[in-house]
Amino acid sequence: MRRLTPYLLALPSWMWLAIFLVVPMVAMASVSLQTGNAIDGFAMTFSFSNYSDAIGRYSTQLARSLLYGALATVAMLVIGYPVAYFIAFKAGARKSMFLFLLLLPFFVSFVLRTISWNFLLSDNGILFGTLKDWGLLPDDFHVLATTFAVVGGLTYNFLPFMILPIYVALERVDPRVVEAAHDLYATRAAAFRRVVLPLSLPGVFAGVLMTFVPATADPINAAILGGRSNTMIGNIIQTEYLTNLDYPTASALSFTLMAVLLVGIFVYARALGTENVLEAAAR
Amino acid sequence: MTGLSAIELEDVVKEYHSHGEVVQAVRGVTLGIEEGEFFSLLGPSGCGKTTTMRMIAGFEAPTKGVVRLHGQDVTGVPPNKRDINMVFQSYALFPHLSVWDNVAFGLRQRRTPKEEIDRRVGEMLEIVDLAERGRRMPRQLSGGQQQRVALARALVNRPRALLLDEPLGALDLKLRQAMQIELKRIQREVGITFVYVTHDQGEALTMSDRIAVMNDGVVEQLAGPREIYERPASAFVAGFIGTSNLLSGSATGGELAIGGGRVLVPGHDGDVTVTVRPEKITIGTDEPARDCSAVRGTVAEVVYLGTYNSYAVSLADGAEITVFQQNVHDATATAERGDSVWLSWRAQHSYVIGS
Repeated sequence: MRRLTPYLLALPSWMWLAIFLVVPMVAMASVSLQTGNAIDGFAMTFSFSNYSDAIGRYSTQLARSLLYGALATVAMLVIGYPVAYFIAFKAGARKSMFLFLLLLPFFVSFVLRTISWNFLLSDNGILFGTLKDWGLLPDDFHVLATTFAVVGGLTYNFLPFMILPIYVALERVDPRVVEAAHDLYATRAAAFRRVVLPLSLPGVFAGVLMTFVPATADPINAAILGGRSNTMIGNIIQTEYLTNLDYPTASALSFTLMAVLLVGIFVYARALGTENVLEAAAR
Repeated sequence: MTGLSAIELEDVVKEYHSHGEVVQAVRGVTLGIEEGEFFSLLGPSGCGKTTTMRMIAGFEAPTKGVVRLHGQDVTGVPPNKRDINMVFQSYALFPHLSVWDNVAFGLRQRRTPKEEIDRRVGEMLEIVDLAERGRRMPRQLSGGQQQRVALARALVNRPRALLLDEPLGALDLKLRQAMQIELKRIQREVGITFVYVTHDQGEALTMSDRIAVMNDGVVEQLAGPREIYERPASAFVAGFIGTSNLLSGSATGGELAIGGGRVLVPGHDGDVTVTVRPEKITIGTDEPARDCSAVRGTVAEVVYLGTYNSYAVSLADGAEITVFQQNVHDATATAERGDSVWLSWRAQHSYVIGS
């Protein structure tokens, strides 16, 4: 009995995973290979052409999603790293206040936040409308329905998920190690490049994973801030499921996206030498 | 001061602001450390010794005063531009770099040619007996090995002075003692100035040429180990370095009447405080000769400590005196608890504090 206890304690979470992860995945995999329509029903036909058809039809949106996800991730990294650095090393006693501010947006729904951006950025809205009235902007100036708006929305919405893991990694860097670098003739820039940056890479790695994956798959930002030429793969999957009721195509696209992201993560982990990096951080 | 000091502090003050209050960590320290000297900053935690060292290294800027290295004012110079290196408490090795890369760090920052780096790092690892461990990561090493990497990482740059911040604090007793001898050997070999921060008086006494005993932000005494032990400048120094008996009273005719006996203080009159070390005192039942200091008391406690016995003896006026007696003959104690005894010591072993 003693030896079974840990397994029994883990049982609820295993059940949870089985019911809410494994079962839906298997069901979706099965649906992705079926043919039929919503009225007459779907039947399993092992139709692997569902995949090639879906990818052929939506390769543009798939590629665009990866591009937008990548652009947003780079933007988040550029904005987020200095913020994390500031909170970890310079904020002093106000550290917890800044961390709270970072989490504050989560008190408002994701969709509402995105809609408020739409409100702010609308062509004749409070910001651009006023500027246009004053003649400071040309009448045809617009931000909504551009790549910039969608990537900007993604960047805004997922930024905390970039900052927090980097902050955690930087927070763990022993200040004495940085002092040791200065003592060994490193300038501030050299100490950062040779010591702080390498020690924070595990956080960067985690931050990139936690933002690139959801940003690439996100349908909300493109739907609210984008136009017809900014459609992302998340929007397509949503439409195929909820509007066209074409479950097999939607499922096939979901699995394709998952596969692409998994391969991407794997290549990324290899390129960065995660094992070394994580080992160094585990000290 | 003769010649040029390696390190000079002139009336250095360091203030911190904490919760709106000004705290003085270092309150006016002036000292000179000679070239090639093994110099210790000794004191309890919070006495300002680490802050003093950090100002020498350049990690802290003094609020007031001047820091000079080899005659040059370096008060505002950042640590990376100072020709001294530091061994940090708990070592602060770079966890993501191998032993070799840790040791090579300083040379690489100084753009030393590659062949020279290879040669010097190799030699240095040889000296600290880690030649086979160059490819290891710091976390794969024992505490003693990490300590030696930290030492090698600093010494490979051939600094003109080495600062050591409680470098043996994390090691167990046996290793500590071995490393004390090792450090002293390396210091003799490389011949550079060592500044050693410690709260361990035994460590300071063993290794140092001179010791600055610090308390509450000031230097209480600056002298060689023997001088500090035998002739403490203050009650604090007497109490902090080893065990010490303090006897106070009013002396008349070079004698202090105390505990049914007398303490000889030739040439002193009026209020004095006398210190006498426990190992200088003889314990016995017969009344000692007139030319000795002698007091009467009752043995309150006997503690057997292997190489010696420690006696706590209560005097008639309530004062308690500690006596160490070596176990030269056998393990039986000279006196038992409750025995009435005479304590005696030679006149030159009483030291009048502040004289």
